[in-house]
Amino acid sequence: MSPTIITAPPSSHFEEQVAPALMVRGYWGNVLFRLRHDRVTVFFGFILLLIILAAIFAPLIAPFDPYKESVIGRLKPFGWRSHPLGTDELGRDLLTRLIYGGRISLLMGVVPVCIATLVGGTLGVIGGFGGKRVNTVIMRTMDVFYAFPSVLLAVAISGAMGGGIANGMIALSMVFTPAMCRIAETATTQIKNLDFVEAARATGAGTFTILRFHILGNVLGPVFIYASSLVSVGILLASGLSFLGLGVKPPTADWGLMLSTLRQSIYINPEICALPGVAIFITSISFNLVSDGIRAAMDVRM
Amino acid sequence: MNMLSPMPPPPVQDPRDRGGPAQPLMIARDLKKHFPVKSGPKGAVVRAVDGVSFTLFKGETLGIVGESGCGKSTLARLLLHLIEPDGGEIVFDGDPVAAPRGITVNALRRQVQMVFQDSYSSLNPRMPVRDSVAFGPYVHGKSRAVAREVAREMLLKVGLNPDLFGPRYPHELSGGQKQRVNIARALVIEPRMVILDEAVSALDKSVEAQVLNLLRALKAGFNLTYLFISHDLNVVRYISDRVLVMYLGSVVELGPVERIFTRPLHPYTVALLGSRPSMDPAHRIEEPPITGDPPSPINPPSGCRFRTRCPFAEAVCAARAPVLGDWLDRESHVAACHIHDPESGHSRAHGVS
Amino acid sequence: MINYIIRRILYAIPIAFGVSVVCFSLVYLAPGDPLQTILPSDASAETIALVKAAYGFDKPLPIQFLKWLGHVLTGDFGESIATRRPVILEVSGALYNTATLTTFAIPISFTMGYVMGAIAGCFPGRVLDRVITGTAVFGVSLPNYWFGIVLVIIFAVQLMALPATGMGGSGSADFNVFRWADARFLILPVITLSMVPIGVIARTTRAAVAEVLNQDFTITLRAKGLSEFAIVRHVLKNALPQVLAVMGLQFGYLMGGSILVETVFTWPGSGFLLSKAIINRDIPVLQGTILLLSLIFVTINLVVDLLQSVIDPRIRRN
Repeated sequence: MSPTIITAPPSSHFEEQVAPALMVRGYWGNVLFRLRHDRVTVFFGFILLLIILAAIFAPLIAPFDPYKESVIGRLKPFGWRSHPLGTDELGRDLLTRLIYGGRISLLMGVVPVCIATLVGGTLGVIGGFGGKRVNTVIMRTMDVFYAFPSVLLAVAISGAMGGGIANGMIALSMVFTPAMCRIAETATTQIKNLDFVEAARATGAGTFTILRFHILGNVLGPVFIYASSLVSVGILLASGLSFLGLGVKPPTADWGLMLSTLRQSIYINPEICALPGVAIFITSISFNLVSDGIRAAMDVRM
Repeated sequence: MNMLSPMPPPPVQDPRDRGGPAQPLMIARDLKKHFPVKSGPKGAVVRAVDGVSFTLFKGETLGIVGESGCGKSTLARLLLHLIEPDGGEIVFDGDPVAAPRGITVNALRRQVQMVFQDSYSSLNPRMPVRDSVAFGPYVHGKSRAVAREVAREMLLKVGLNPDLFGPRYPHELSGGQKQRVNIARALVIEPRMVILDEAVSALDKSVEAQVLNLLRALKAGFNLTYLFISHDLNVVRYISDRVLVMYLGSVVELGPVERIFTRPLHPYTVALLGSRPSMDPAHRIEEPPITGDPPSPINPPSGCRFRTRCPFAEAVCAARAPVLGDWLDRESHVAACHIHDPESGHSRAHGVS
Repeated sequence: MINYIIRRILYAIPIAFGVSVVCFSLVYLAPGDPLQTILPSDASAETIALVKAAYGFDKPLPIQFLKWLGHVLTGDFGESIATRRPVILEVSGALYNTATLTTFAIPISFTMGYVMGAIAGCFPGRVLDRVITGTAVFGVSLPNYWFGIVLVIIFAVQLMALPATGMGGSGSADFNVFRWADARFLILPVITLSMVPIGVIARTTRAAVAEVLNQDFTITLRAKGLSEFAIVRHVLKNALPQVLAVMGLQFGYLMGGSILVETVFTWPGSGFLLSKAIINRDIPVLQGTILLLSLIFVTINLVVDLLQSVIDPRIRRN
């Protein structure tokens, strides 16, 4: 069928003739634009980038071997014999250990957030979009895990499983999944009741198509914002687990573990002992501020 | 305002037209939807739509009016099976919907589309409007490129420059522009029937007039049939051929638009029209305008549902529910009221019809 | 109202049940046979079988769980592997010490966080707001175990003004917070513990207050000619439910998070007990401590929910 092509009344009658005042950048274009003009976010994003690059290219930039011990050079102060940040309790170069330590700390902080986003996000979308029974099963199970204080649950699971990096990451994933699931579920339930989803159903689109084109894009925003705010918590919790001895085993460098072992030496050389904590703190506050920036940039009126 | 010809030229035969011009495009028979009440006595239900029947003839515009909460929007969603009816049947062009030997819901949705009221939530905020329009053809199997091209043409037809507006997001458009996009999205899959659920209610008066004219033009151009839901009587009078009046989930009156507006039968319609401010003091309707709120649809009055607010209510109104007359006929003007049923026993039953 | 309270309490029961299921299964998360955590590694096959029967490990899991639950309900959490004392005694003593810490940390952090957040929210964009917001970010990003060490370095090592660790010479048995000699030991752990909740609550309060200020009704209040002070009172009251919810979560954080702080200060509370249990692989103590702490947390959240519904009637409807 080819209907007679009709043209709308001459366009001068329309209010649409106002020239577009804003440049068309698209949603993500707008977000990027706002981010670039947010100095705090750019600055801390830069610091984060340095930390991450340092961790990735640790063997290339670290001045010493992280495992090289020295009996005479233990707990030496800043700048002692070309050790810019001094040495630890076994005489190993502290700067090198801090650079290497970032690898495990970042990994243990970031990977669980990714896993939780994937698992929790999927469960949340299923719970929000699926029927009432599916929702009840998923969300009530999540409620149970939500009923534990987060640090406690992480310690309990990784403690019972016997510690180690992998177990720590599993534990942290299980801590973050319920919260992620709730965020995704709330977002999905809100979106699926909007008219455009109904309109999509009215065009005859199947569940999967609607999920893919109309739900996911709208759920991703809040999920991403929340995930970005979890990374900082992830870093703190991961280092906390290591601090308790639930992370890596001793020769390996890790900020939490380093803090825990150096703690014994606060009476000998206090400023050295505090350093791993400074690394944790800088990383965590950078993630927090960048996440705040992302949240502000993504909070566009729709 | 540049008007297009008020009467569409005799339509070209649509290959999808199975029943011929005499076959109504849609017949709804005794449709029911009862929502369970969450807080309240067990088994209590909201009778949102309770036995609605009507016919929709090819090429006409049927206006549906009623107060807010009378079930207009629920009815619209029932017709598309967006919510499952609890009873009754829908016949589309002679084929029962979602019944054995009938057509499927999906087949129905290829021929019936809907335009929603709320332009805020009716477009995906994360999609450029061009993609929102292209979604329908894409779902129906067209490639992305073809779907985009179709969407482009459609945007042009609703009066939006596709290069200027296509890449925009809904929050970058005005209410009238969004509603044009909504109309484009509904029409792009070439439906035969469009349900307009308060489609112009949220717009400014000047924009509303533009969109109404656009709807008229599109109807003629695409050979469409409209079901036009609105609480605005003037708008309904302007655009409709026939009008259906709803009260508390059921039909109280049905008839040609001029008959309804000049010689309403049902006391509710009279009151509804009376509540409308008249531009001409000489034509003021003297009947008392409607007062109070409609009763709860959870526990509707027995017999006639309007009797609690009706100035002519008698014992018979509480005892028996009045029946709507012959709603299958295109010309008939019928009302579900005992006054217009000579055998009802109502004291005014022999008065003016 | 009564209906809501009853519903909410009934809802907490399955949660508590789920929590106990998770705690029960902790034993099975442990690598290898759960018995390995109880038995010495050189136990003979006979002993193993005996202990297995004694602990009921030869029965199917649901039966084991019900037996365990039955014991727990009567207060029998088993016996510590490290000390051979009943777990309930170990945990209750430790909980008392943790409660001493939280009794001070909660009022301090909640009031400071709320006041700071309210001030920042009332003057969005001003210098005061920026200072407070910055401090709050500082607080939430702080690894408190490290902050504790820093405090120890400053006040105990350098200034020698406050004790570094422990509860004092007399130990926990007759610790008296009203005696300065004992109370000194509290100062550093309480400050350390308060930092994160101050940050979190200040941030939440600021956001809630700013949001309420943006709502139409504050314009109405202003239009009615109310003084700014009266408006702020209305705003704070409307922001409270949201803040309360976060405070409830922070309560749990203070109990759970105390594990790191107590380890730093060797404060003999539940967290320190937990940390010792992990090192000793003392699963019964681990299980008992976590179960009790979580059940307390569930109860607190229940109370917070009910409090919220008293303040904000909208919550009751759902």
